[in-house]
Amino acid sequence: MDISLQEVEYRYQANTPFERLAIKDVSIDIPSGIFLAIIGHTGSGKSTVLQHLNALLKPTTGKVMIGDREVNAEKKQKNLKAIRQRVGIVFQFPEHQLFDETVEKDICFGPMNFGVHEEEAKKRARIAIKQVGLSEEILSKSPFELSGGQMRRVAIAGVLAMEPDVIVLDEPTAGLDPRGRREIMDMFHSLHLERKLSTVLVTHSMEDASKYADQIVIMQNGQVYKKGTPNEIFSSPEGLLELGLDVPEVVRFQQKVEEKFQTKFSQTCLTVEKLTEEIASMVKRGEQE
Amino acid sequence: MMEKMIFGRYVPAHSVIHRMDPRSKLLMIFLFVCIVFIANNSWTYGLLVIYTFAMIALSKVPFRFIISGLKPVLWLILFTLVLHLFLTKEGELLFQVGWFSIYEEGLRQGIFISVRFFLLILMTSILTLTTTPIEITDGMESLLHPLNKIKFPVHELALMMSISLRFIPTLMQETDKIMKAQTARGVEFSSGPIKERVKAIIPLLIPLFVNSFKRAEELATAMEARGYRGGEGRTKYRQLSWGLKDTTLLIFLVILSVLLVLFRT
Repeated sequence: MDISLQEVEYRYQANTPFERLAIKDVSIDIPSGIFLAIIGHTGSGKSTVLQHLNALLKPTTGKVMIGDREVNAEKKQKNLKAIRQRVGIVFQFPEHQLFDETVEKDICFGPMNFGVHEEEAKKRARIAIKQVGLSEEILSKSPFELSGGQMRRVAIAGVLAMEPDVIVLDEPTAGLDPRGRREIMDMFHSLHLERKLSTVLVTHSMEDASKYADQIVIMQNGQVYKKGTPNEIFSSPEGLLELGLDVPEVVRFQQKVEEKFQTKFSQTCLTVEKLTEEIASMVKRGEQE
Repeated sequence: MMEKMIFGRYVPAHSVIHRMDPRSKLLMIFLFVCIVFIANNSWTYGLLVIYTFAMIALSKVPFRFIISGLKPVLWLILFTLVLHLFLTKEGELLFQVGWFSIYEEGLRQGIFISVRFFLLILMTSILTLTTTPIEITDGMESLLHPLNKIKFPVHELALMMSISLRFIPTLMQETDKIMKAQTARGVEFSSGPIKERVKAIIPLLIPLFVNSFKRAEELATAMEARGYRGGEGRTKYRQLSWGLKDTTLLIFLVILSVLLVLFRT
């Protein structure tokens, strides 16, 4: 399912003294099957953009196309549930939304709201709990006895069990230890590859964005500052550094090497392996001369 | 989703009312709540309405904003109005269709009580809209200070108040966040049959409670870690100062009360 935002503007608390422009003139295309990363500082409007993707927020001006549904300010929307079933959102700190007696019931909550039968929902819960790397025994426990990391995984399983076509992740690894971060990100990446699940990742982490994303959108002050493939984005890191945004370690290292040896590599490397090759070939060239 | 609520919300501006001592504002509200009950005819209610609207004008808070914030209370007011229309059967009969009848006294009482309600809510909103929560509790603590003599825990009460006021916005934000998260999981809070909507409260309330308890515990630890030992010997960074405008405001209110007593029937 394709989603596209067209010249979307959103104001919080419009027509009150607290009115605040959150995003302006934002156009983003999310074709089916893509892995898109949205990067920006805190307050750059990325979370606002994300809430437009399943009609939790309606744009003040402009429109959002979700599949063949159009969401805009004028039209009164009916049956938004259909949209929400197809676009699952994992919010920041999703463990805060757990509430049911057992993990199993909590995971089944989403699917059953969308009219999935109990048997089927339980089946999905068993699949989802394995996908997030937990064992089936945990299903009968209360979500409140689990550790923080486990709660996070259970909450993610609750969204996966809805079997959405598009999954939207708002900093899914915030507050986790490095190993937990890697495991969760790898899980989303493999889901994306196996099921062709469209994935939208909102993150601070340039490393994650460069490693997993097909397309990157950089937000700044509520507007789209730049969009493109990781290679395009990081081939001119100067602009990013000016904004105070990080570039991946590998890119920074390449920059240092290029500066030191007064040379320019043929491409911007996004993985350590690529960069190693480039440096090795540079060294070889040097020996030949 | 919770954007419309204005209770306990501060609107920063530069107005006389904003700059006044919180103690005078608190005293004013207290007095106002008492004298509202003196009014019993259109003249006296008229005076109260004029006074209230003068205060709103002085506070420079946009009128439209205050009104939009009153919407949730409107139902309560309407409800009391309807109750009076139905249940007070005194005075002349104004209107009758079958068993349904409206009497003059019922209409009069209904309107007066609704106006009273309305004014009380407006006045208290002015207090919270123009005074930061911390000012309110400081003022409260200072006003209640004499009670210390009879071993009343004034400081603790003030602390409790400031903590609860401080966490209203946090709780609202969190409610909004959890509502969104559950909406994304297919819960419908604002449409669908009543039974479903009531059921939808559970996935909202449980996480809110759990998080509040966690937060309370963290707060207690943080306070202890910073050496909090209660109010004894504690000095204040913000000093309150009573000025001419505070006295003036109270004098106006006394004049109003005298007028009310004179004009009431």
